[in-house]
Amino acid sequence: MASKALLQEIYYSMLKVRRVEERLLDVFAEGAIPGFIHVSIGQEAVASGVCACLTPRDTIFTTHRGHGHTVAKGIDLKPFMAEIYGRADGSCGGRSGSMHVASKEAGVAGANGIVGAGMPISLGTAFASMFRGDDDVTVCFFGDGATNEGTFHESLNLAALWNLPVVFVCENNGWAQFTAQSTYMKIKQISDRAASYGMPGITVDGTDVLAVHKEADRAVKRARAGKGPTLLECNTQRWFGHYAGDPQKYRAEGEVEKAREIDPIARLETHLLAKKQANQAFFDATDERIRAEIDAAIAFAEGSPKADPSDILMDVYA
Amino acid sequence: MTESRYIKAIAQALDEEMARDETVYIIGEDVGASGGAFGGTRGLLDKYGPLRVRDTPISEAAIMGLALGSAVKGLRPVVEIMFADFLPMCMDQIVNQIAKTRYMFGGQFHAPMVIRSPGGGGLNAGPQHSQSLEAWFAHVPGLKVVVPSTPYDAKGLLKSAIRDDDPVLFLENKALYAMKGDVPDGDYVLPIGKADIKRPGNDVTIVSLSRMVHQALAAAKILAERGIEAEVIDLRTVSPLDKETIFASVEKTSRLVVAHEAVKTAGIGAEISALVSEEMIDCLDGPVVRVGAPFAPVPFSLESDYLPGPADVVAAVEKVLAY
Repeated sequence: MASKALLQEIYYSMLKVRRVEERLLDVFAEGAIPGFIHVSIGQEAVASGVCACLTPRDTIFTTHRGHGHTVAKGIDLKPFMAEIYGRADGSCGGRSGSMHVASKEAGVAGANGIVGAGMPISLGTAFASMFRGDDDVTVCFFGDGATNEGTFHESLNLAALWNLPVVFVCENNGWAQFTAQSTYMKIKQISDRAASYGMPGITVDGTDVLAVHKEADRAVKRARAGKGPTLLECNTQRWFGHYAGDPQKYRAEGEVEKAREIDPIARLETHLLAKKQANQAFFDATDERIRAEIDAAIAFAEGSPKADPSDILMDVYA
Repeated sequence: MTESRYIKAIAQALDEEMARDETVYIIGEDVGASGGAFGGTRGLLDKYGPLRVRDTPISEAAIMGLALGSAVKGLRPVVEIMFADFLPMCMDQIVNQIAKTRYMFGGQFHAPMVIRSPGGGGLNAGPQHSQSLEAWFAHVPGLKVVVPSTPYDAKGLLKSAIRDDDPVLFLENKALYAMKGDVPDGDYVLPIGKADIKRPGNDVTIVSLSRMVHQALAAAKILAERGIEAEVIDLRTVSPLDKETIFASVEKTSRLVVAHEAVKTAGIGAEISALVSEEMIDCLDGPVVRVGAPFAPVPFSLESDYLPGPADVVAAVEKVLAY
């Protein structure tokens, strides 16, 4: 059972993810961010529940919908925000943008714009731990759609075969871009696929952060102990469509509204209140603290210069 | 100095680098117990053990991604992909991930890794086991592409590739694996990005690479009998290209032929021809003529008709000289 301190920390993490992405939607709508963004609002319990099991030395890989995982892993919000703004002080010098944010310091070895591409790479950071004999763990986040890529099959097979210290977290929001799971996959439960690789496959309610944390903790400890990988499927809900501004015309009437009734943050608040592990004053103070952090990060990003065009060839090669 | 086969020179380079640096490891299909489909890793499993010589399932994308992730964490993987024709199986990892790692992440991460893979025809291996694909990869910023033509070059360039902090695609040539040549026993390295003049001459420059270097040298011999002295440049590396050596030679000869085994269309020859016409058109006494394979897959039954040879190079030189 997670302690009061841990649950309060997880609450902070989830609310931070939510507020960061709400703010991103606002500034994106104002035209402050070039390109496009994909938000994970509604899915915070997965990012925060899993990352609460990790140390700063552990590594995560994430996807185009990666702000939540990156924030929950502990990236400094200032270079994070500056990166999404495309500024020189961004964590990647403005080279990556929303879809490719990475931070060596925070153990985020990259969001990835190619569906399913993070899984093979996650094998490698896990193999490096095995090679060196340390107990660092790698977590690879991906969506339900990515499990139909060949890289899913290749990676899970190899990870199981070599007992690699990696946890595969499938964030199943039911939608592969604009296509529903039932129309691209015969099975309902993606974790069933784990059996064919000889690894445990678990499905949890991904809107229940306590359930996510419990199973993620078990999987991370298993990996850290050298007992191999786990496929952890977290069933969740994508409130805002594939991209910011997606009208979600492909969803049934009332479906999104129904999804929003299950708010993972409100669920945790209810739990904390019932267990007397937090009160409304704590929630308000946490919110205030987060908003101040975000304000500072936005100010930092806005004050940071655009990357220097004379550096366009920098870092193509060593 | 010992006479050694091309494939043996590669195995020697791997052995010496693994002994020198314990972060170097080998990964690929059948690289362990079998010693590699062509013998490039023979004996290394026994010497360095299974943690450093990794046999894998037939999963090229997983192999390539795994190598990248480990390189990001400070290891120096040497990946073997059994035939260069299989590189498309892991093209996303090579092009979108490995090549962009340093740049996209603002220099926070880099990918010091080598991908060894043999290309080229000459073994009647058919359309899916005989291609020369170097131009695909030369088109991708972030990769270095090395194409050794001799045992000596293969060893020295592979050792450099392993020590390089950027990802290097090391395209070997199956038809050269049995070729013998003098190879120093001890440590030596050859610079990546530097071409080598395999034969000096003043009348015409022939730029070539990999196995085609030997066809170019055979052509130069035929030309010499007619009093034409060709300078044969072995690129050794197609990315980055050694413009300096090519330009210096063309300045001397005023005539240029580029010969490669890959299809002529959009090959490295096109790039070199464009560079020379952009930057030194005044030096030229005739058009830059390319020699390459026809724009068709490598045919199993007609391979010897399909592959360019010395006669094609001679014809190209005659065309330039006649201008």
